[in-house]
Amino acid sequence: MSRRDARKLWRSGEPFIWLTGGALALALIMVAGLVGVIAMNALGFFWPADIVRLTLGDGKVLTGPVVARESIPGRDGFRIKLKVANRDLYGADFVWVDEAQIVARATPGDVAVIERTEWGDLIGTITAVRDGDRVVATGAAAAAEVRRRLPDAARLRAEIRRIERADIGAINHAQEQARLRLRRLEPKGLTAGPDVDALQARMAALQERYKEQETRLATLRARQVTSVMVAADGGKDKALPLTQVLGVTFPNQMGVGGKMLHYAAQLWEFVHDDPRESNTEGGVFPAIYGTVMMVFIMSLIVTPLGVLAAFYLREYARQGAFVSAVRIAVNNLAGVPSIVFGVFGVGFFIYFVGGGIDRLFFSEALPTPTFGTGGILWASLTLALLTIPVVIVATEEGLASIPGGTREASLALGATKLETTLRVVLPAVMPSILTGLILAMARAAGEVAPLMITGVVKLAPSLPIDGAWPFVHLDRKFMHLSFHIYDVGFQSPNVDAARPMVFMTTLLLLVIVVCLNLFAISMRNRLRRRYATSAV
Amino acid sequence: MEAPVQIAASLNPHASAAPLMETPMVEIDRLSLWYGAKQALRDVSMSVPKHRVTAYIGPSGCGKSTLLRCLNRMNDLVDGVRTTGTIRIGGSDIGDPGRDVTELRKRVGMVFQKSNPFPKSIYENIAYGPRILGVKHRADLDGIVERSLRSAALWEEVQDRLGDSALGLSGGQQQRLCIGRAIAVEPDVLLMDEPCSALDPIATAKIEELMLELKNSYTIVIVTHNMQQAARVSDYTGFMLLGELVEFGVTRALFTNPRDKRTEDYITGRFG
Repeated sequence: MSRRDARKLWRSGEPFIWLTGGALALALIMVAGLVGVIAMNALGFFWPADIVRLTLGDGKVLTGPVVARESIPGRDGFRIKLKVANRDLYGADFVWVDEAQIVARATPGDVAVIERTEWGDLIGTITAVRDGDRVVATGAAAAAEVRRRLPDAARLRAEIRRIERADIGAINHAQEQARLRLRRLEPKGLTAGPDVDALQARMAALQERYKEQETRLATLRARQVTSVMVAADGGKDKALPLTQVLGVTFPNQMGVGGKMLHYAAQLWEFVHDDPRESNTEGGVFPAIYGTVMMVFIMSLIVTPLGVLAAFYLREYARQGAFVSAVRIAVNNLAGVPSIVFGVFGVGFFIYFVGGGIDRLFFSEALPTPTFGTGGILWASLTLALLTIPVVIVATEEGLASIPGGTREASLALGATKLETTLRVVLPAVMPSILTGLILAMARAAGEVAPLMITGVVKLAPSLPIDGAWPFVHLDRKFMHLSFHIYDVGFQSPNVDAARPMVFMTTLLLLVIVVCLNLFAISMRNRLRRRYATSAV
Repeated sequence: MEAPVQIAASLNPHASAAPLMETPMVEIDRLSLWYGAKQALRDVSMSVPKHRVTAYIGPSGCGKSTLLRCLNRMNDLVDGVRTTGTIRIGGSDIGDPGRDVTELRKRVGMVFQKSNPFPKSIYENIAYGPRILGVKHRADLDGIVERSLRSAALWEEVQDRLGDSALGLSGGQQQRLCIGRAIAVEPDVLLMDEPCSALDPIATAKIEELMLELKNSYTIVIVTHNMQQAARVSDYTGFMLLGELVEFGVTRALFTNPRDKRTEDYITGRFG
């Protein structure tokens, strides 16, 4: 092609169209690939894979689902990764097996996958069920017996848990309140007298109630005598207390329908239950709850603040060098690394404001901090600070796009500036405000660094909203999905086993962010349809 | 010398031909106005008769819009504006510093060059002014909305879709909606700042027709670039140049027999 042809081709604009289209396609492929990888890794997690029993050349037997297969680096052949589970018996959940060494492969129907409260899954054959030392059932009847007894065991476990958490928790709370009230009397020189006696009597009564609950617990625990005998590979036997069993499945006997039911149940457990075993098993409900609540509180703070600030900047401030400087500063604030906001949150909100609140209102609890430590309020405030530029910029752009004639029309009808702002400008700028809020929410839901130091924890003992007065506990620490991903993926004792959990949590976070955004977008579209304003 | 003939041909036959013996609605006395150091109005004195259409014509930047915006004190919104002289509307001085400017604007409605309906429904656009005045009952508002839209010759076109966004109307409909919105608060004076400059001839004709209708109830002051329009709709015309009111009089007289050389030059198209 001659230079003239090349020039002609370029001038025709065709290559540029391809260039722009290619850039868009590349961006789309990257996003789709990201979501695809996450979804692929996550969605297979709960599918009950077939259990294979491999017999190796040296006579070793390994049982478990195949989780990966890859070529061996450096030489021919493949190796497979088997999840043999039984961490308490073997020490590791996963084993790599060279395919060349496999002599026999089988999928025996009687292999059970037992989900339990400790040590991850247990894979093996149920041989017997025992009540104490008495054998209740053996062989095939044993599996049926386990299934029959599981609901009762689950009820008992739930009952114990309820007593431990709710009943004893309430007593602890009341005891703490009484203790604090006693301490509050101390600085007034009151160490005896009717008030002190009353409180001490109350403490004694609570201690009595605590003992009662302890006895109840002991009785209930004494009823948990059933254990399941499981034979695992390598001749290892395990006596598993039935109370630790969460569920028993026989994947090799399940049809597709059964597997789908199991999948749905596992998915439900994932979004609905508390985490177990340092977050590597169980659900992520507290993290979902914490994320949504934190985003909600943040929105409640950031929206009015950002909108009012933008209104002042655009509607009332005299436009000039100073306002321009403020505007540039606000825009740049959006680019400040989030950890900087985190550090500010710790220094200002937690130590200064929180510490001040503690000294003024919760001095009796000191040195244990109440508000002077990380909590959902401080985390929300820190993120509100982080996202306020987004809301201000979006609102300001919306205000700038409202024609000046609209304001003049209102003023010419005899409306005051305030009436104009509230009745004409605010409704017209609503879609822009929501756009800002959408961006702010997405940012807040995905943030980790500032949260880690302002109130997010690996495992929060209680939710920020519960039945204990005052019901909403803004001082409490909370769990957050983004941090959960980091924690499970990189801080967990068993990273390999927790990996699917990481992908699942990531997928869930994506879904939640998308849902929050869809909600805001649908609200914005409703407003836009009502006013049919120009694109904002 | 063809222009005067053409314009004379478009003169409104129903326009008042009587000399200035009418009841004055707006009286402007020695009004001067500065934007910072720049003087935009020089010693303007005139009176606008009640229930008549008065037009200001003149080249761009001659101060006709500024003069119009003095009548409802919209110039107050501009930084660095200074005025001298007095304006009386219905006998009371509107420049009185103690006077509530919103009160004035309720009595002096305005229609702008670019139609500017609120991003609300048609109904809410009309009901906005009455609501500001404190009308709350739905039935009262319904009555006002229908009456105003009928007065603005828009009722037939929009009565079935009062809840639709006003921004979905055509340019001419939007401008008539703005007129309807202005008269919903029943002002004494209606100011129109080049209300047809963005409209096609058919929409323009509708608005002009409307003006002739409205002058029975309102005193109308219109600024226009279009001399034919001034000739068609107005009873009185003022010609402005460089902030000065060069000539003011009965429209027919001004167009057919201008007294000032500059007026004659302008209407014959020698500049402008």
